[in-house]
Amino acid sequence: MIAAIEPSWYLLVASLLFAIGAFGLLVRRNPLVMFMCIELMLNAANLSFVAFATKLDDINGQTAVFFVMVVAAAEVVVGLGILVSILRRRPGATADDLVALKG
Amino acid sequence: MSDATFLEYVVFFAASIMMLGGAVGVIGFKNPVHSALGLVLTLFGVAVHFVAQEAHFLAAVQVIVYAGAIVVLFLFVIMLLGVDKAVDLSIEPIKVQRPLAAIMMLGLVGLISAAVLKAGDAVLARGDGIDVAGAASPDGDSNIRQLAQNLYNDHVLAFELTSVLLIVAVAGTVLLTRKWPKDAYDAAEAKEEVSAT
Repeated sequence: MIAAIEPSWYLLVASLLFAIGAFGLLVRRNPLVMFMCIELMLNAANLSFVAFATKLDDINGQTAVFFVMVVAAAEVVVGLGILVSILRRRPGATADDLVALKG
Repeated sequence: MSDATFLEYVVFFAASIMMLGGAVGVIGFKNPVHSALGLVLTLFGVAVHFVAQEAHFLAAVQVIVYAGAIVVLFLFVIMLLGVDKAVDLSIEPIKVQRPLAAIMMLGLVGLISAAVLKAGDAVLARGDGIDVAGAASPDGDSNIRQLAQNLYNDHVLAFELTSVLLIVAVAGTVLLTRKWPKDAYDAAEAKEEVSAT
């Protein structure tokens, strides 16, 4: 086994990264920054996937990371598309301004 | 397993500091452009962690797709919309939101840390599984070969479905962001109103 750092350490770092991403998602109001926070959380999950793949000696963990990356790319494309069409109509809109969608 | 060299610890802590510092930058910077650059730092830190765990292919994809394509997409949208201005972070519509979010964050870290530390080495290596590290292979690219075999044998249906997902995402985005001609839009709207009545 080459990876000599204990996988638990990677899990601890990944939990910190996930928590920072979740905090930012809850606190920030700029929709673009909220998307970046989602990326942070997805990366934390990816890191723990790879750590478990190394720990359990199972390549399926790395395949899961591959699929997470594909879904993240699709999510960013659709999300930014929605964002562009919202911000084109209402420049400077924040997440709070979407209460205008209320009937 | 526990014979990590000094250099490996240095790499681990340097990459972790880079990653977490970038993450703090993403949520701390006022300007969205700076946040995007913090995101690049985080993604590179994660890529270094991938290399340190012998996931070479994923590290390359991380740098090319994430740090390359996705962050460029973010920056492109920021510049397209002209929102590259500093925002006031002190605006806080819901007063208790930030303390509650901080409590949730600390609780999450505490719970996961407690679980990881308590479980410790309870999750044992199977040993007889696939050699993720690829140490036994002399040509050094066995990680890519194993990943390819796993992807195209066991998960080939999911792999094909991801292509459908990407096509749907691209088509949906084109439909969402396209500026329809004004008269065509009005005609469609009028037709809808007629059909509604």
